[in-house]
Amino acid sequence: MGLKQNLHKFKEQNKDKKWLPAFSAIHTFLYTPNETTHSGGHVRGADDLKRTMNMVVLALVPCLIFGMFNTGFQHYAAIGESVDFLSMDAFLVGLTKVLPLVIVSYVVGLGVEFIFAIIKGHEVEEGYLVTGMLVPLIVPVDIPLWMLAVAVIFGVVIGKEVFGGTGMNILNPALTIRAFLFFAYPTWMSGDKVWVHGADPRVQNLVEGATPDAISGETIMGALAQGKEMAYTVSDMFFGFIPGSVGETSTLLILLAGLFLIFTKIGSWRIMLSSVVGALVMGLIFNGVVSAGWITETSKFYSLMSTEFWHHLLIGGFAFGVVFMATDPVTASQTTKGKWIYGFLIGFISIMIRVFNPAYPEGVMLAILLMNVFAPTIDHYVVQGNVKRRLKRLKAKTA
Amino acid sequence: MGLLSKKDAKLITDPLADNNPITLQVLGICSALAITAELKASIVMSVAVLFVLGLGNVVISLMRNIIPSKIRIIVQLIVVATLVIIVDLVLKAFAYELSKTLSVFVGLIITNCIIMGRFEAFALANGPWKSFLDGIGNSLGYAVILIIIGFFRELLGSGTLLGFKVLGDPIEKTGVYAFGYENNGFMLLAPMALITVGIIIWVQRYKNQDLIEEN
Repeated sequence: MGLKQNLHKFKEQNKDKKWLPAFSAIHTFLYTPNETTHSGGHVRGADDLKRTMNMVVLALVPCLIFGMFNTGFQHYAAIGESVDFLSMDAFLVGLTKVLPLVIVSYVVGLGVEFIFAIIKGHEVEEGYLVTGMLVPLIVPVDIPLWMLAVAVIFGVVIGKEVFGGTGMNILNPALTIRAFLFFAYPTWMSGDKVWVHGADPRVQNLVEGATPDAISGETIMGALAQGKEMAYTVSDMFFGFIPGSVGETSTLLILLAGLFLIFTKIGSWRIMLSSVVGALVMGLIFNGVVSAGWITETSKFYSLMSTEFWHHLLIGGFAFGVVFMATDPVTASQTTKGKWIYGFLIGFISIMIRVFNPAYPEGVMLAILLMNVFAPTIDHYVVQGNVKRRLKRLKAKTA
Repeated sequence: MGLLSKKDAKLITDPLADNNPITLQVLGICSALAITAELKASIVMSVAVLFVLGLGNVVISLMRNIIPSKIRIIVQLIVVATLVIIVDLVLKAFAYELSKTLSVFVGLIITNCIIMGRFEAFALANGPWKSFLDGIGNSLGYAVILIIIGFFRELLGSGTLLGFKVLGDPIEKTGVYAFGYENNGFMLLAPMALITVGIIIWVQRYKNQDLIEEN
């Protein structure tokens, strides 16, 4: 007998054991489960939840690898040494900093999922596969690992398990984790020093040969909020050679991942497109306000408002949030019309928060969480509108 | 038996757990969120509510046969308001700093749903002794939850308990801070108080599954 049969047999023998969900979680990760349907439809698609999740993880891998290179590159740039972007030096620094984040995220998150599965006696849900990969990509690289662990426990338990697990959550778990970190440990999550490894004075002593003078780790958002000139070119922003959270800097790779998700029909193109439109509209309004002369250079909003409207798509976590988080099928609107509204408002509100509240430069995180909460309401009114229209049509016919 | 008959004792013990005003009746949430960032404030708030509810219940119970039912809410408000003003003045006189922390929330005891709820549901229909016990019981139930929330919020949010630096000094990096621990600023924000209440409700219903409502 082959390994596959042995595994199935093992499963049969241990049917009543409490830890079985933990075993089958690993089992079905590699093999198709041997359960057969007993009633209803017997034809099932091959792209079950686990395969869907794997596709998203696959789309995230380029961002992760790029993030490792960029971490090292930005680190060396910050301490005043110049290395090539695609050099082994840069990659090794990135690897040693980013890999622990990935490991902590997965071990802690899946640990919580396994514990809940065993207590509740159901199968381990796959939801954490994607969340676990998203989390390390949306945090600053120097975040202490224990903080990440605490946030992951909070995010998975309060953001997901209390609502009934994968598929029942109201808020995107990865963003819940990030929001928790953002509000709990603001000094590690915002400001101009946290985004580059070694730039923060608290961790400087870890870095050999670092001179405080040479270090600057400002993000574009941070600089703009303070009214400074943008220090990076548009192509830097597009290709991602800028400081920021680990995996969100390269708009190009995110764009490719977005196309991949649209092509495999996993991400909703409606949400992505309408978010971009929403952001552009808000950006244009701000540009219009500036060129109409209502806002002068003395205003603290001037530099962010006068940023060219399409630059907003390239800086900060906008692209990453829109492609990977706004399209989360569980927390987004379900109806077609709802998706347009949902996406548009995410883009619109992201830029609004970004400009009007420099203390919360990551508007896209807050905008998506806000719209997550409103998604069921949007759906409700879309469905009701449909019902009303059809009732009217029926009346017109019978009358 | 001792001081209280079994039935009377139940008036005190019931609201402590199985019929807790915050976690079961979901009353008085507003103040539970607002003033629990420090343990001291939670305790003082609990004592204030204990005083107002215990005494108020007795007063209302004594007057229950002479209050015209049409204006009973106004009468109740006057009783609470009088007691709350006493508390407020005492706090201002003897604990001015604390009274500033609690600020408007002492005054808002007047609108604390637990108090109006007990007046309406219990004191108007029962004798003064029973009403007194009911008032004490319910305010103790309120106090338990407030103190639990205050304990965790102050401990995790500021690293202190009643102002004592139990976890070490965050600036001089002593105690747990030497290992890189940091205070969780989220605990000091009101949403975290709500989540803490939620977790208490969750744990309580997990322990005693009879409490889970059917829908």
